[in-house]
Amino acid sequence: MKKFTKLALVILLSHIATNVWATNTTLYEQLGGKDAIKVVVDDFVQNVAADKRINYFFKNSDIAHLKQMLVDQMCMATGGPCEYKGRSMDQVHKDMGVKELHFNALAEDLYKALDDNGVPYHMQNKVMAILAPLKKVVVQ
Amino acid sequence: MKQHTLIKRLGLPLLLCTAAITFQNNAYAGPDQGKLLATHGVTQFDGAGGGGLSPWALITGGGTSDSWGANTHLTLINLPSYRVESYGVSAGFFDRLELSYTHQKLRGTSGPLEALKIDQDVFGAKVRLFGHAVYDQDTWIPQVSAGFLHHRNIKIDADHTSILPQSLTGKPTDLVPFASHDSGTEYYLAATKLFMRQSLLVNATLRMTKANQFGFLGFGSPGNDSYEPMLETSVAYLLNHNLAVGAEYRMKPNNLEKIKGHPLGVSSVDAEEDAWDIFVAWFPSKNVSLTAAYLDLGEILNPGQTALGESNSKNQAGAYLSLQVGF
Repeated sequence: MKKFTKLALVILLSHIATNVWATNTTLYEQLGGKDAIKVVVDDFVQNVAADKRINYFFKNSDIAHLKQMLVDQMCMATGGPCEYKGRSMDQVHKDMGVKELHFNALAEDLYKALDDNGVPYHMQNKVMAILAPLKKVVVQ
Repeated sequence: MKQHTLIKRLGLPLLLCTAAITFQNNAYAGPDQGKLLATHGVTQFDGAGGGGLSPWALITGGGTSDSWGANTHLTLINLPSYRVESYGVSAGFFDRLELSYTHQKLRGTSGPLEALKIDQDVFGAKVRLFGHAVYDQDTWIPQVSAGFLHHRNIKIDADHTSILPQSLTGKPTDLVPFASHDSGTEYYLAATKLFMRQSLLVNATLRMTKANQFGFLGFGSPGNDSYEPMLETSVAYLLNHNLAVGAEYRMKPNNLEKIKGHPLGVSSVDAEEDAWDIFVAWFPSKNVSLTAAYLDLGEILNPGQTALGESNSKNQAGAYLSLQVGF
């Protein structure tokens, strides 16, 4: 293999290595703690409100309460010192008729909020990886 | 025979039209373009959804499990002695069924091979059996799909040259020494896993095949007429929302070299080798993807000094470019 290819592979593998092997800090800490999560959730809810594909699901929601629940969930899910005290995701979405395209639209809105707040792409995927399995309970 | 061909030619477009009409009546009328960016892969060489060399377990198209999607592709390969072009269409339904068609043209570009033209059609179908590459982030279980790729209408033209006194046209069994069949079907099982935490996609495909050089030189040969399992692997690392880099390896049979009953035990028609590539895939939007790769297909038709008076033992490695446009 040419030298350039070998070099490219080494760089690629080191980059992957720094992502693959776990660091000692939690994802919560890497994100910047509760303050950072609050900012992301603010933008996320704003994105969802502007997203015609899914905003109608939230037209009767108490936005302040929704934000608090999302912050607690994200905090807890990423290893932070929070306790989510809301209903289960299964219960919350019961009979809502949420489809896969809605779940994905929400994921895109969250990706955008993480992007706009300078969360590195590979860290964004770590957050999304935690939330991805929720699809099973949200899309019923 | 003509009617049969007509049905085959119209079959896929008819199926797509039927599907489109059916889905227009669905509450989610029309394709929903709901899949996340890049999650349906690109189009591989034989026309199926996947990477460049191999079909993956992903179902093509941007439609979610409630919808459908379709796309067209154009792939250009430039090698030292050959140029390959393939184009076609594929569609995915309910993130469960995939249908594909590609037409491939191989053209020789150097020395005696300048006269060579080989065309083939590949019809494919794939079914997702279980698992979901994107959502199953809490399990080791991959997304697994089974499919087939049916190659037919393989036509070989060899023009008149100083070496070939006349033009030849025919099928692989007419013109390729030791090729046993003119058409053939490959069967495969693919397992794809996206490790989202590591932004890494891994695929393994097991392909049962008798194809000689992707089907261009027919299928099988005397003594090599049973299906052989070939392993293909792909790795893709997501650099950002729109860009992935990776590598692939595809084992290939070598039916035309070891011939049962050949006086030498080995023929010098073709010493087929495994193929590999390293690629970059760019997804500027949900409707377009562009994949560029350095592709190494090993030797393709090395007639040797004695056969055609000029040896062509060049390693066929070069550039691969593939465009996919769809919804």
